[in-house]
Order: sequence, then structure tokens, then C-alpha cells
Amino acid sequence: MQTEMNLDLLSEARRQAEICNACRYCEGYCSVFPALHSQRAFSDGDITQLANLCHNCRGCYYACQYTAPHEFELNLPKALAEVRRDSWESFAWPQPVARRFQTHGGAIALAFVVGWAALFWALRSIGSSGGDGFYAALSHSAMVAIFLPTFFLPLASLAISLNRYWRSVGGQRLRFQHITTAFSKAARMKDLAAGHNEGCNFEDEDRFSQARRHVHQAIMYGFILCFAATGTATVMHYVFAMPAPYPLFSLPKLLGLSGGVLLTVGCGAMGVLKLRADRNLGDPGAWGGDMGFILLLGFVGFSGLLLYVLGSTTAMPTLLALHLGAVLTFFLLTPFTKMAHGFYRLAALIKDAQ
Amino acid sequence: MTTEYDIAVIGGGNAALCAAMTAAETGAKVLILETAPKAYRGGNSRHTRNFRCMHEGPLGPLVDDYNEDEYFDDLMKVTGGKTNEKLARLAIRTSEECLPWMQEHGVRFQPPLSGTLSLARTNAFFMGGGKSLVNAYYRTAVGLGVDVLYEAAVTHLQLDGDQVTRVDYTHNGTSHSISPKSVIVASGGFQADTNWLTRAWGPAAQNFLIRGTPYNRGVVLADLLDQNVRQVGDADQCHAVAIDGRAPKFDGGIVTRLDCVPFSVVVNKHAERFYDEGEDVWPKRYAIWGRLVAAQPDQVGYVISDAKSLNLFMPSVFPPLKADSLEELAGMMDLPPAKLRETVDGFNAACGDTSAFHPTELDGVATHGITPAKTNWARPISQAPFYGYSLRTGVTFTYLGLKVDEKAQCSTSTGPIRNLWAAGETMAGSILGQGYLAGFGMTIGTVFGRIAGQKAASYAN
Ligand SMILES: Cc1cc2nc3c(=O)[nH]c(=O)nc-3n(C[C@H](O)[C@H](O)[C@H](O)COP(=O)(O)OP(=O)(O)OC[C@H]3O[C@@H](n4cnc5c(N)ncnc54)[C@H](O)[C@@H]3O)c2cc1C
Ligand code: SF4
Ligand code: SF4
Repeated sequence: MQTEMNLDLLSEARRQAEICNACRYCEGYCSVFPALHSQRAFSDGDITQLANLCHNCRGCYYACQYTAPHEFELNLPKALAEVRRDSWESFAWPQPVARRFQTHGGAIALAFVVGWAALFWALRSIGSSGGDGFYAALSHSAMVAIFLPTFFLPLASLAISLNRYWRSVGGQRLRFQHITTAFSKAARMKDLAAGHNEGCNFEDEDRFSQARRHVHQAIMYGFILCFAATGTATVMHYVFAMPAPYPLFSLPKLLGLSGGVLLTVGCGAMGVLKLRADRNLGDPGAWGGDMGFILLLGFVGFSGLLLYVLGSTTAMPTLLALHLGAVLTFFLLTPFTKMAHGFYRLAALIKDAQ
Repeated sequence: MTTEYDIAVIGGGNAALCAAMTAAETGAKVLILETAPKAYRGGNSRHTRNFRCMHEGPLGPLVDDYNEDEYFDDLMKVTGGKTNEKLARLAIRTSEECLPWMQEHGVRFQPPLSGTLSLARTNAFFMGGGKSLVNAYYRTAVGLGVDVLYEAAVTHLQLDGDQVTRVDYTHNGTSHSISPKSVIVASGGFQADTNWLTRAWGPAAQNFLIRGTPYNRGVVLADLLDQNVRQVGDADQCHAVAIDGRAPKFDGGIVTRLDCVPFSVVVNKHAERFYDEGEDVWPKRYAIWGRLVAAQPDQVGYVISDAKSLNLFMPSVFPPLKADSLEELAGMMDLPPAKLRETVDGFNAACGDTSAFHPTELDGVATHGITPAKTNWARPISQAPFYGYSLRTGVTFTYLGLKVDEKAQCSTSTGPIRNLWAAGETMAGSILGQGYLAGFGMTIGTVFGRIAGQKAASYAN
């Protein structure tokens, strides 16, 4: 069962959208406004779609002549951020954990401790029947047994959520061209550049800056590289019968190292940007959850790098448990943390292209 | 601190900022005194969306060309000839170099907004609107070393002979005085001072809404006029439009405009029509309806429309009143129901063949045999649900101001004041005696702001 979306948040966003529709000054900033101006009245699904098109660049807040103390109290980035998070929570499956992590950094930390303990226990009790490198601490088959479901369960969960999203916003049948349009926008993070390609108004009030876009790109490509590292290693293992450990000049290592650096630096920098930005222009309730998620993701990258450096020391098994515990937690929480936004954003861009 | 600053700029809108940046670029030490708090800085400029710009060929967001003569002709049409040709042509000619200058100082442009394609050739739209322009200018100005004092209300300029010797202002509840070498006045008109408007307009003015900032109260203007600085324009000349009657008293801005009049009938509080709603396309008639409504009892009008016309105009900021019958709508609007029915029935009966109806052109679909006639888009108001809006007069700005020359310099009857310049709305009356051309306010402010900044700096340096 999906839960109903919060009507107060929806109607506040609708109130603001109606003001924007009579104003239109922000039309050039992002995809939200052209989508908004093509309608006269906004259903709950329309508002949900607009919310997922917004990436909280805040350009429209600082440009708005109607922000508080004006009685119209415009704060579109915040209104849309709150609806956005609420939509992810409402569509998430299974529902009992849906509202635990987006707003609770502490819950993410707790989950990480549990994930780490689970891995520590696995290392202790399953251990390894011999093997090289990390497999000396935990056997390859044990890793597969743990991480295969860890990877596919969240995907199944997200598939259910996205299907709910798609129905709620009235999406139509997919065509190839919608998808390519959406991917090309996402790859360049076009909207994060703002209409005039000078970035967001994030860490220093109304100053346009590319910092958030670049940092976000570092995180995204860092993540993709790390993922690709694991992917190539799996292929090498099964298809070419070349099990780990790999030398430095091998695909998995090169991909993983560069990805790990990007991920670590990116998440660190994103944390700093978030500390500088005005919390009240996002979803203030989700600030802790977002921060927890960024730290977790950064830690995945950082602990991976540590493993590389200290992999042949006695600290390795402890580090391995920490790293794999973080990875486990990260994957399992994907549908319930900020990580879900990537999937929703793509869905929103595809819908927008229809 | 009495001599610390070379130049004091009074006001914090477009004209003030253009002047301050230009002066600071020469190395002058500039102080901006803005009466509004930071959240409301930027006066009426924060509500704008575009400026009108001459161009010989495609320029920035502007297509084709718009030459000096065409621009000037457009101006003459709306002002009925009440235009200072020399200053107007100066503003027009200089506007072309303003666009790249604005970009260099942080302004970003965008293609015309949806619903404003008719202006794609003549008006360059600011991305994000006037507040983002103002934000960009403040950043640039501060980067150039300009100091900005918010909540600093200038109360008096001391004029001694041909020179301003002192600027008095209050800040944080205490009074201060400075004596900069040059002073630039860019503090707008007086429309936010209802008492002054009432003196000029009569009691009707109490019911006017002010579309822009509550801070343009004409304090400095009145102070200078009291000291016999030369004045231009009449106090009862203002730009006023008909806006949504539910708009806030101040700062409602662009969203309170209504575009529904051409597709509706408009009645007064006695449910009587009073003017041809279809006289011309709305952008050309927008400005006269402010005065028309001001002349009605209680300074209010009521728009009555029906289901078939609702989607022909831009959505309004407040939803229209909606009713299944005219009587019900009359009840919601406190109009006499029987009289409204009679007026609408009479109007409907006067409508003829509507097959040529065309919402974006003068279609000649007119009424016959009623006064006032509706000469275009006249279709019966017949298809429920019926929709209603109230209309009030919304004042954009006033024309009474300081008379300046082509150097933006102020004067008294005995000659120029050596160190006093004016820019923007506060001197716009030097160029326009009446009427208004969309986007010309920002042109005047930018052109004369830059001139004032230059002249004030070269005097001070
Ligand atoms: C809703 C609306 C939309 C508009 N749209 C457009 C448009 O699209 N294009 C266009 O060209 N024009 C437009 N105009 C007209 C335009 O706003 C003005 O022509 C222009 O902004 C004038 O600029 P300014 O700098 O002279 O005055 P303002 O921008 O009004 O600045 C005056 C400044 O003086 C300050 N001030 C006032 N008194 C004092 C004092 N005693 N001490 C210190 N500071 C003081 C005010 O706080 C303010 O910062 C619009 C006006 C409105 C109301
Ligand atoms: S955010 Fe403000 S300025 Fe931008 S379109 Fe909406 S109402 Fe207009
Ligand atoms: S915050 Fe940025 S992305 Fe979101 S609606 Fe405003 S301008 Fe668009």
C-alpha cells in the first residue's frame, strides 16, 4: 500500500504555483516553470511532478519579489522540496520503513552501525576458507550471497515506487526519445546550471555559483565509476576467470580509485555547501537525513580508499567490515534516502519530455 | 563622518545602482542610502521585467531591429506629443549601449516570457525579473567598493545657493548628517504617500492601490521642491492601471494585473457598463482603465465573464469568483442582481454575429444599439459558470518630479545646482509629460543613472 500524500504540503505548493503562473518572471531558470505555465490548474499529480522537476537551485527564491515578509510568502524551493520528499516517502515500498530515513540522519547512522556489525559478524563467523586479498577475510561466495540481494532488493523496491510515481503524475507510455532527452539533461545536469549557465544560488545567497553542480557531478560520476569498478571486477571474475586482487593498472582498480576519490571529495564538499546554505530554502525537516546520507556515501568512498592504502596491513579486516557495512547500508537504504532522488528525477525528466 | 564619501546616492533602485556603479568605476567613494530594509531593497525596480532598447540589428535577446525613429514614434503616440524630444532621443539612442553594459554588470536576459511575444523585438526581459537585476547590481556595486546603508531614510538635503552642503538621514532611530561632494537623487516618485496623492487627486485616491514599493513617498522630492529646485510635471499625472481589487495596498506587483477585460463586460457598483471593453488589444488599453475605474463610484469596477472566455486570458493570481447564475455572482460581488441581469441581457441582445470572433486580433465583432458599445470581441455572456473579478486603480508611479537637463543635473531658477543630479522615476517627468511606453522606465533610469554617476564623479574627483 502506498500512503496518501500530505495535503497541506500539496496545497501550499499549489498556492505558490498559482502565483508564479500569474507572474512568470522565473520562466528562464529551469524546467519547472515552462511545465507550470503550460497549465491553468494543478492537480496533486501535477504538483508532484513539478516538485520532482525542481532541483532546489534557489534561483527563483532570490529573484522573487514576493518572498517573506511580503504577504504572499513565496518560497517555491522549500514548498517543492517538502512535496518532493513527501512524494518519495508516500510512494516508497515497503511502507513501514518509508518515513524512517529521509528525515532522520540518526536512523541512517544507526543503520550503518547495524550494517557494520552484520558484516563484522559475517567476517567472524563465516570468514574465509582461504583466498587472496580481501577474500582472505571474507570468501567470494559469502560476499556474493550478501550483496546480490542487497543490490536487487532495492531495485525491486524502487521499481514499485517509480510505478506509483508514474501513475500519480499521469505518465504515458515510454518512447525512446523521451528517455534520451531525459538522460542527456541529467548527464549535463543542465538545470543545475540555471537558465544562464552560471549555476545555483546556494552557498552564498544570491551569488550564482557552479560549486553545487560540480560537486554533484563529482558525486554522481564518482558513484558511477565505483559501480563500474565492481561491475568490471564481476565480469573479470566470472567471464575471464580473473579473480581479485587486481594490480593498480587494472580496470577495476583504476575505476575504483578515481571513483573513490571523486565520491569522497564530492560528498565532503557537498556537506560544506549544505552547511553554508540557508536551510529554510530546502526541506528543513530533511536536512539531517540528507546530511546523514551524504556522510554515509562519502564514507563508502573514503573507506574504500583506506582499504586500498591499508589493504595489506592488519587493519584490513576491520576496515573491510566498515567499508562493506557502509556499502550494505547504502544499498539497502537507497529507496528510503536521498539516493532515491536520482531515480525520481529521471522519471520526472522523462515525463517532462512527453 | 562628514566628508568621508565623494558621492551619496539617495535610493536603492535601478537608477541609483546604475549611478553608483558608474561613479565607483571612476574611483569615487560612493555611499548608497536606501530607506528600505534589505529584503525590500530596490524600490519599484524590483517589480520590473524588461527594458525597452533601441537596436540596429539583433542584440542579445532582441530580434530584428528597432531604430531610433520607430522608438521615438512609439513614444510620441503614447504621450500624445507631450515629450521632451531632446532628452527622449538621448535616452533612446543610449539604450543600445546599455544592454551590453547591463550584462557586464551582472544582468542576464531571457527570451520574452510566454504571453509577451509581442515585445520580443522591442523589450529585453531580465531573467528572473527586476529583483534579480537589483541583486546582481548590488553584488557588482559592493564589489566595486560602494557602501550600502539599508533602512537609511534621507530626510533633508541642505541647499545653500547653488550647492547641496549636507545630507540628513535617519538610521537605526538616530539622525545623521554627511557632506559628500556630490549628491544623486534616485528615490522615485511619491505615489506611496496617500496624503499627497489625495491632495492631488481628491478623496478618490484613498481607494487607490499602489502596485510597487511602499517606500517611494516623495520625501526628498518634496524637500527639494520646497527649496525651489525646478519641478516638472503635474501632481495629478500618474501611470495607473486597473488591477485585481483584492490586491494588497502596496507591492502587489505584476501578478495583480488582469487581462480579462476585452473578453468580458465591466460594470460599476450600480451594475452599469461605462466604457467600451473591446476598444483595442489589452496591452494598448491596459493603462486607461486605471483612470476609468478611478472615475467610478467608490473607485471600483466589476468584470463579468463566462465559461467560454475563461481560458482566453492569463491566469490571475487570485481565482475568479465563480457562480452558476448571474444573480448568484451579483450576490457574491454586492452588485444589485436584477440590475446586473438587465445590463447583461441588454448587452447580450446587442451582440450580433460572433462567427468572426478572434481573441488575438481586432475582430470587429461588435454590439449594435447600446451605449457604450463594445467594438471588438463582443460575445454574449451566457455560458455558465459565470466568473467575476473586482477592479481597482493601481498606481505604478507619479510624474511630478525634478527637472533635469541632458547632464541629469538639477537646477533652480537661478541656474544649475553644482553638485546635484537626479535619475530615474524622480526625473522621468522631464521626458514624459503623460502616458507611458512599456519598458521605458528602466531605460530612463539606466541611461540617466549612468549619466548622473559620470557627472557626479567627475565633479567630485
Ligand atoms: C509592478 C510594476 C512593474 C513595472 N514593470 C516595469 C517594466 O517591466 N519595465 C520598466 O521599464 N518599468 C517598469 N515599471 C516602472 C519601473 O519600476 C520604474 O520606472 C523604475 O523602477 C524606476 O527606477 P528608480 O530607480 O527611479 O526608482 P525605484 O526603483 O522605485 O527606486 C527608488 C528607491 O528610492 C528609495 N527611497 C525612496 N525614498 C527614499 C528616502 N527618503 N531615502 C532613501 N531612499 C529612498 C526606495 O526605497 C527605492 O529603493 C514597473 C513598475 C511597477 C510598479
Ligand atoms: S518565484 Fe516569484 S518571481 Fe519567480 S515566477 Fe514565482 S512569483 Fe514570480
Ligand atoms: S529552486 Fe531552482 S529548480 Fe527549483 S523551481 Fe526554483 S529555479 Fe527551478
